[in-house]
Amino acid sequence: MTNATPPPMRARSAGQAGKAPVAFGGIDKSAARRGTDKPDFDDIQQSDKFIRLRSRLKRFVFPMTLLFLCWYIGYVVLAAYAHDFMATPLLGNVNVGIVLGIAQFASTVVITTLYVRFADRRIDPQVAEIRNDVEDGTL
Amino acid sequence: MTTHYDADAGHHRIVEAGSPVINFSVFAVLILVTLFIAYRASSRGTSSDYFVAGSTFSGAQNGIALSGDFLSAASFLGIAGAIAIHGYDGFLYSIGFLVAWLVNLLLVAERLRNTGRFTMGDVLGFRMRQRPVRAAAAVSTMMITIFYMIAQMAGAGSLVALLLNVQGAWGQALIIAVVGVVMILYVLVGGMKGTTWVQIFKATLLLITVALMTLFLLGKFGFSVNDLMDQAAAGNPLGERMFAPGAQYGESSTTRLDFVSLSLALVLGVAGLPHVLMRFYTVPTAKEARRSVVWATWLMSGFYLCTLVIGFGAAALVGTEKIMNAPGEENSAAPLLAYEIGGTFLLGVVAAVAFATILAVVAGLTLTASASFAHDLYANVIKRGRADSGSEVRVARQTAMVIGAVSIVGGILVHEQNVAFLVGLAFAFAASANLSTLLYSLFWPRFNTKGTLWAMYGGLGSCLLLVVFSPVFSGDPDSIIPAVDFALFPLKNPGIVSIPLSFVFGVIGTFRDEEPADRARQAEMEVRSLTGIGSER
Repeated sequence: MTNATPPPMRARSAGQAGKAPVAFGGIDKSAARRGTDKPDFDDIQQSDKFIRLRSRLKRFVFPMTLLFLCWYIGYVVLAAYAHDFMATPLLGNVNVGIVLGIAQFASTVVITTLYVRFADRRIDPQVAEIRNDVEDGTL
Repeated sequence: MTTHYDADAGHHRIVEAGSPVINFSVFAVLILVTLFIAYRASSRGTSSDYFVAGSTFSGAQNGIALSGDFLSAASFLGIAGAIAIHGYDGFLYSIGFLVAWLVNLLLVAERLRNTGRFTMGDVLGFRMRQRPVRAAAAVSTMMITIFYMIAQMAGAGSLVALLLNVQGAWGQALIIAVVGVVMILYVLVGGMKGTTWVQIFKATLLLITVALMTLFLLGKFGFSVNDLMDQAAAGNPLGERMFAPGAQYGESSTTRLDFVSLSLALVLGVAGLPHVLMRFYTVPTAKEARRSVVWATWLMSGFYLCTLVIGFGAAALVGTEKIMNAPGEENSAAPLLAYEIGGTFLLGVVAAVAFATILAVVAGLTLTASASFAHDLYANVIKRGRADSGSEVRVARQTAMVIGAVSIVGGILVHEQNVAFLVGLAFAFAASANLSTLLYSLFWPRFNTKGTLWAMYGGLGSCLLLVVFSPVFSGDPDSIIPAVDFALFPLKNPGIVSIPLSFVFGVIGTFRDEEPADRARQAEMEVRSLTGIGSER
């Protein structure tokens, strides 16, 4: 056992695993499983709920990453090669370059907020459901 | 950080009226307060307490500390100064630093928190053969953190020398040694908890100082950004051109491409910096890791917008000429502005905050490098996972002392050199060696041990080679060896080549491995990274 992989569900299962042999004389199923009291990760990975969670998350984070990277690289290329365009005045001393720069700040904050809302509303409840199922043994 | 400090010139201080007595006392008070914080927060318990503060910090606390790791002296003094002198181009740095947090938020932070325990090696080694992968992770972690740290230490020498008016090579060496010793004390006494509290203290101080300076500046110009910018243009020989890009990077097609390369390294490097990654283990859950990125993002957006005002303000009130004639050139813009608007006292405060910033950042780096050595190399490679938590902490403490000593000596040796490239290089390393492997092992089921090793060593190796054969090393008046010219690669930052290369290496390595990916461990890692089932709390 390496340090990277402590026994899963340590806090919850340690008590049960410790008590089980005394209470049930080693016949109980939980005692038989004692050496490998890990949840079955393979089963979880194959379950519908997990597959749905995974694809929902990926459908959000990958396109979003692509979007902000393209927007950022586009901005960098403009800043490097389109000086005159960036210098176009808009309002007093404020020019296109400054507006686009501030827009990078704004988009970063907006994407952050969108992701947090998405994760709080869509991902966290699904994760909680899977965790509950695993603890109840229904998964 | 460029600091052209001339030890022999008999010497103008940064501000003639700046009182060394006040500065020295503010510095001394600051060191004592932070050491007290580190001492109070210290816990002499398990390895989890020492390395990741027992994962007890809240998202908000960790977010402030994360922003503190990022708001180094280079970003406070360096960016404000670059904006005052080069205008818009100084601002470009801060945009890269900020946007980079999205990579952490969307792809890395929560998954990393769920999968690992102390180090980046925990995640990379999770489903691979432990020993080679952890050794590679430790090599990469230590290279990145030590480069980054030597740059900070060298900067500390010149910066503090400048602010305290300490002259001569010995004086600077002494300052670097003091910074090193105080930093080792934080790490030895406080562990992660102490270091984090010092970081929170410093970040709060820095953010308040910057916010107050900004408010004052805006107030002075009747809250008209346009008036501020008019004045800034009047104080800068670039005039209106300072509001458009090109002053610093626009010289030739090589400098433009170099800028694109640097930007790529900045935006992709943050999510591979080991001392940033390690911070995500100091919170108890993935949700708190998410919150900490949100806090860091908001604080840093505010901070960088303030540095824009401060940079323009320095150009307007101090003037470019006076800044460039001061001993620290660009770096002196913020201190000079502080003196202009708040006299000796505010100058002392800004100097002390800059100093605290260096101390806290190098302490975090030392802790990360020593944790990686103790946890990845000692416990998992040498002892094959059979080291107990006490001996891991003991080894980490010893390593921290060695690393501290190395960076003191390194900082003293390179302090006359231009070390700005070391920071850019650390980012390029992080983006090339760490980001590709982290993303592959989290999201690509087929990725395997050989792929990991190829991507890491390929990324590190190509970065190193490209830098050695770049104008950073030779052929340029600013090079380390200006006399000879073996600069075959024209760019100073290798990111634009080495980052894609490491992703390609990862694919080639993976398909060359006869040994398939470990299916069971992959299932465990995927479930654990997305749901936290089985994670360390």
